[in-house]
Amino acid sequence: MVLVYAAVAVAAIPLGFVMAYLVDKGGKVLTLNFLTDDIPNSARTRGPGMGPAVLGTLLITGAATLMAVPLGVLAAVYVNEYGRKNRLAGVIRFLADVMAGVPSIVMGLFVYTVWVLRFGFSAFAGALALGCLMLPIVIRSSETALQLVPHDLREASTALGARTSRTILTVVIPAALPGIVSGALLAVARAAGETAPLLFTIGVVSTANLNLFEGSNTALSTQIFGNAKQPFPGGISRAWGAALTLVLLVFVLTAVARAVARRFTVR
Amino acid sequence: MTTLTTEPPPPLAPPPALGRRSASGDRAFRALTLACGAAVLAILGLIAISTTTEAWPAFKEAGLSFVTSTRWAPNVDVFGSLAFVYGTIVTALIGLTLAVPVSVGIALFLSDVASRRLRRPVGALVDLLAAVPSVVYGFWGVAVLAPALLPVYDFLDEVSSPVPVLSTLFEGPSTGRGLFTAGIILALMVTPIITSITREVFDTVPAAQKEAAYALGATRWEMIRAAIFPHSRAGMVGAVMLGLGRAMGETIAAALVIGSSPQITAHLFSSGDSMAAVIANQFGEAGGLHRAALIGLGVELFALTIIVNIVARAIVVRAGRMR
Repeated sequence: MVLVYAAVAVAAIPLGFVMAYLVDKGGKVLTLNFLTDDIPNSARTRGPGMGPAVLGTLLITGAATLMAVPLGVLAAVYVNEYGRKNRLAGVIRFLADVMAGVPSIVMGLFVYTVWVLRFGFSAFAGALALGCLMLPIVIRSSETALQLVPHDLREASTALGARTSRTILTVVIPAALPGIVSGALLAVARAAGETAPLLFTIGVVSTANLNLFEGSNTALSTQIFGNAKQPFPGGISRAWGAALTLVLLVFVLTAVARAVARRFTVR
Repeated sequence: MTTLTTEPPPPLAPPPALGRRSASGDRAFRALTLACGAAVLAILGLIAISTTTEAWPAFKEAGLSFVTSTRWAPNVDVFGSLAFVYGTIVTALIGLTLAVPVSVGIALFLSDVASRRLRRPVGALVDLLAAVPSVVYGFWGVAVLAPALLPVYDFLDEVSSPVPVLSTLFEGPSTGRGLFTAGIILALMVTPIITSITREVFDTVPAAQKEAAYALGATRWEMIRAAIFPHSRAGMVGAVMLGLGRAMGETIAAALVIGSSPQITAHLFSSGDSMAAVIANQFGEAGGLHRAALIGLGVELFALTIIVNIVARAIVVRAGRMR
């Protein structure tokens, strides 16, 4: 029994250390200016600035969400509502599992070969890569949410004369919405923290770029990675600040997801 | 439904035009959802095709030695990935060795040991572990953990020098970054995955079996060994395999702490390199054949992780069916 308690402690200690360092080192640089100022051109320069990366992360993750969530939810509708006795649905479910296991860096390489080689770096290329990463997560969580909708609801709707599509759109999806939303938020949280898919898709830039389709962009995660590889204190302290910002963003998303799931779940 | 109606119910048929339109709308919606589902298939196929095509020049240049050779020398167009495969597998195994006992322990804690009051915070702890982005773990690893581990590695190297096998495993010189450090960071990242799947498996153990064990006078630990583990073995193996797939594909944290040197070494504390880390670290400055070779590494990694994941899923599904 002692071992079981020890296991919990062993997991808690490193997490505690990570958090302590984040709050200590990141807290020192995280100010309002830090979130809005431009990034200095050189990692040697000290002082604040992660504004473009904050914008980039929001822009890229937002665009990825707009692509992956509708696609994922509709795919889950097919698998769960139309494909109960259907071979193809089983194949799609299986492939979604396989896709969830594809390393994120492979998604980056994939988008590099199909998009970046033709159209160059852009926030949209990064969003494509993150979207690929989110899609299987959204499918799985939406499918679970749809499975939890009681069958009586579908039958009642059908008995009232509604066609399947109307039943799905007006009865099943609204009933499953809390689960779908919280699953999507968790996928967003996961994508916002990802670095590998962005390394070869968004390029590097130190000023804000609000254009989704043109020109290089930057993100918090790639800024942390880039600065962590350099030995310069200015860059390192900005990386701590960016790391704290990113972790706060991801935690807020995760917490909202949990709250949505808990608040609206009908027991 | 015993009530008898004397009159037949009025016909419910909708106007024919509306009926046809909504029937076609119904079919269109079904087709739309099918198209979205098929997108998964299309994307996976596209990933395989486009990356392989782009990597082809490197595959052609290196031939079979791409997977069998350990020499990776981009400046003379020699591309052998074996050292990276070795690094990937070794770091993933170190990570799993550290993570599996911890994960199983936490899963047991959550499913059977903890009081209801303790369950929430520990569950939140696992969620937090999962929520921290890998780049943050990697950054912490390179900025804090690696320097802190260096004296530990040096100490172990010194102490173990008279012991035959350990002296090889622990031999230095170390920089703090290396295979073992990467393994530790990977362990942090796969722990939440293995924990959550194992916990689901533990939750499916029938209460009757647990109570039967208690009724026979088992202590809690004996109950766990006699009722929970035998019932969950296959599911646990599957969970570990899924963790392995994740650990093998993890890029950024490994890229920061693994030390980046293409060698096959038994010295766990010295630096190595993993497939994903090489891609992340070298892609920016690579051109031509080098770039093709890095994409080729991606193809190899894709294939490896897909195999691991398919086997893992098969085990999990079979385990579910046996119940």
